[in-house]
Amino acid sequence: MRVLKRSAASPPEGPAGPDQAGTDREGRLERARSRVGSVKGRLARRRAAAVAWRARLPDLTGPVARAWHRLPRWSQWLVRLGIIVLAVLAPADWVGQIMAPASDWKTLLFYPIGIFVLLAVGLNVVVGQAGILDLGYVAFFAIGGYTMALLGVNVGLDFWIILPTAVALCAVSGLVLGTPALRLRGDYLAIVTLGFGEIIRISATNASWTGGPRGIAGIPHPPDIGNLNAFTYGVLDPTPYYYLVLALIVVVIFVARRLERSRVGRAWAAIREDEDAAALMGVPTFRFKLWAFAIGGSIGGGAGVMFSAKNIAITPDNFPLLLSILVLSAVVLGGSGNLPGVILGAFLVAWLPERFRGLADYRVLIFGAALVIMMIFRPEGLLPSRRRRSSLRTGTGAGAAPTAVVEQEEKT
Amino acid sequence: MLLEVEDLHVHYGKVEALKGVSLAVAEGEIVSLIGANGAGKTTVLRTISGLRRVTSGRIRFKDRDITHLPGHRRVGAGLCQVPEGRGIFPGMSVMENLEMGAYGRSSRSLADDFERAFALFPLLSERRKQQGGTLSGGEQQMLAIARALMARPQLVMMDEPSMGLAPLMVNQIFDIIAAIHEQGTTVLLVEQNAAQALTRADRAYVLETGKVAKTSDAATLLADDSVRAAYLGVDSTG
Ligand SMILES: Nc1ncnc2c1ncn2[C@@H]1O[C@H](COP(=O)(O)OP(=O)(O)OP(=O)(O)O)[C@@H](O)[C@H]1O
Ligand SMILES: [Mg+2]
Repeated sequence: MRVLKRSAASPPEGPAGPDQAGTDREGRLERARSRVGSVKGRLARRRAAAVAWRARLPDLTGPVARAWHRLPRWSQWLVRLGIIVLAVLAPADWVGQIMAPASDWKTLLFYPIGIFVLLAVGLNVVVGQAGILDLGYVAFFAIGGYTMALLGVNVGLDFWIILPTAVALCAVSGLVLGTPALRLRGDYLAIVTLGFGEIIRISATNASWTGGPRGIAGIPHPPDIGNLNAFTYGVLDPTPYYYLVLALIVVVIFVARRLERSRVGRAWAAIREDEDAAALMGVPTFRFKLWAFAIGGSIGGGAGVMFSAKNIAITPDNFPLLLSILVLSAVVLGGSGNLPGVILGAFLVAWLPERFRGLADYRVLIFGAALVIMMIFRPEGLLPSRRRRSSLRTGTGAGAAPTAVVEQEEKT
Repeated sequence: MLLEVEDLHVHYGKVEALKGVSLAVAEGEIVSLIGANGAGKTTVLRTISGLRRVTSGRIRFKDRDITHLPGHRRVGAGLCQVPEGRGIFPGMSVMENLEMGAYGRSSRSLADDFERAFALFPLLSERRKQQGGTLSGGEQQMLAIARALMARPQLVMMDEPSMGLAPLMVNQIFDIIAAIHEQGTTVLLVEQNAAQALTRADRAYVLETGKVAKTSDAATLLADDSVRAAYLGVDSTG
């Protein structure tokens, strides 16, 4: 309302000025319309000022992205291959000296780093691509974890059979949870998903067949592949597990990229930017949101299986609400919708607190401050997606909820 | 009749927004729907498009009952809407927005459609790569109309296409609507700008608090005293 009053006092602007619309019969209507126009003009200017202030920070992502797209196909693949080789070489001791002198780098590489990256890539399908705010993503991580534990301990199934089973089960869970929830939008949807995460954890705490609060122990490791050290899954060396999660990350990234560029990906983008408009273009919005939820969920489930297979024992405490929040902040901080950004975000959220363990007491404080600073200076994330950036900067679309609220006020 | 709406009742929660609306649009017509703020115009269009469920009543399109057809299948049936407030995809380029318009269509080649769109809207042609969100209001409205036409609808419904535009641009938009109509698309037009809407339309419906208060050919309504007083800002005495 404040916006409305201020602009009502300001003279109307643009070609619809009073002299032009003066005496004719449309005059009144025109004047009213130009007043609405001037509210919009004001908002746009205020937004532009905010953008100008932010624009003083160097934005390297634009040039880098452009250079990347200019590269020929084969050299893009070479770069990708180079990144994978670097990731394979990451568990070296000297890297650990730099990255995590105070803790065991190889362990960190598997959890939290590897698992967080996998979860973030999965959650990005839901949040970044389809624009569904899921605050309970940990639910799928937990379902995957418990599937591995229960089937491994009670049924004695092999890791390689449980992995696809759990992935399928999580996809089905996504459909079951999503069918009622995805009929809601915005805040309501967020609250319901928040509930999912908690319901799964609390059920696991209270049920006897999940071992209650003490969880499940004696979870089998994956079977060894050949005689190589890198594929021997024991208790002491975390590196083989890291390679396993790395392989899954590569596969999932490949699939996510494929999806993003497909017809489904375009539909998700449309839903994220304007769900009603997408429906009016003939996109079956509910069905596609459900798919995003299920696909994201199954990736979370895969991460849960990995986690559980390395850890021997799991308890409900492994799946706290905080995990959902951390992975979501990784996605948002990194640049929701842009895979390299999301991966970087997950890496930083997982690694920074471990690197600066000396400041243990202040970790949460620093993390919170970092989030606030990010939201002021770079709300679109470290490596934003092209689409997200322009949505945020122009103030329309999914990224700019506050503006939408103001525009509704205008209408009344 | 191309589109027939019979005794439509629609609720938002317990509030009845439409209290038995009936209207019809014949092939080749421009029909406009006018009414005050909150009369239910947007609700009528959203219900026809399938974004809102009906409480009771029937919607027929091309002699087929589409009352319970899912919204996305109605686009394929030949019905497309330009939403209130334009609803373009801000992060997509002009071209990508247009491609989304053809989403529900099965045919592969869009070349003819792009050509038609850019012939109607030369301004958009200069801005093919520009992000939708950075277009001006008028350009966005053009894009929204062009995007709806990409579905090759038989009936295009527009919700206040002149909203928030300067008089010059308003005229331009109405000229474009006339051009689209001449090319053979039937138009159902919701407007606050009653003067323009009634001048351009064949017939019109006046909606008042969820009911059709008046319907007639547009010229008659344009001359009607009570309509002039309520929607054209003219005293019935003067
Ligand atoms: N999402 C909603 N939830 C609850 N009530 C709604 C909703 N949308 C519309 N209404 C109510 O339904 C009635 C009709 O609204 P509608 O948007 O169809 O009016 P309109 O004729 O398009 O008005 P305007 O000219 O302002 O766009 C109004 O009383 C409005 O308050
Ligand atoms: Mg309306």
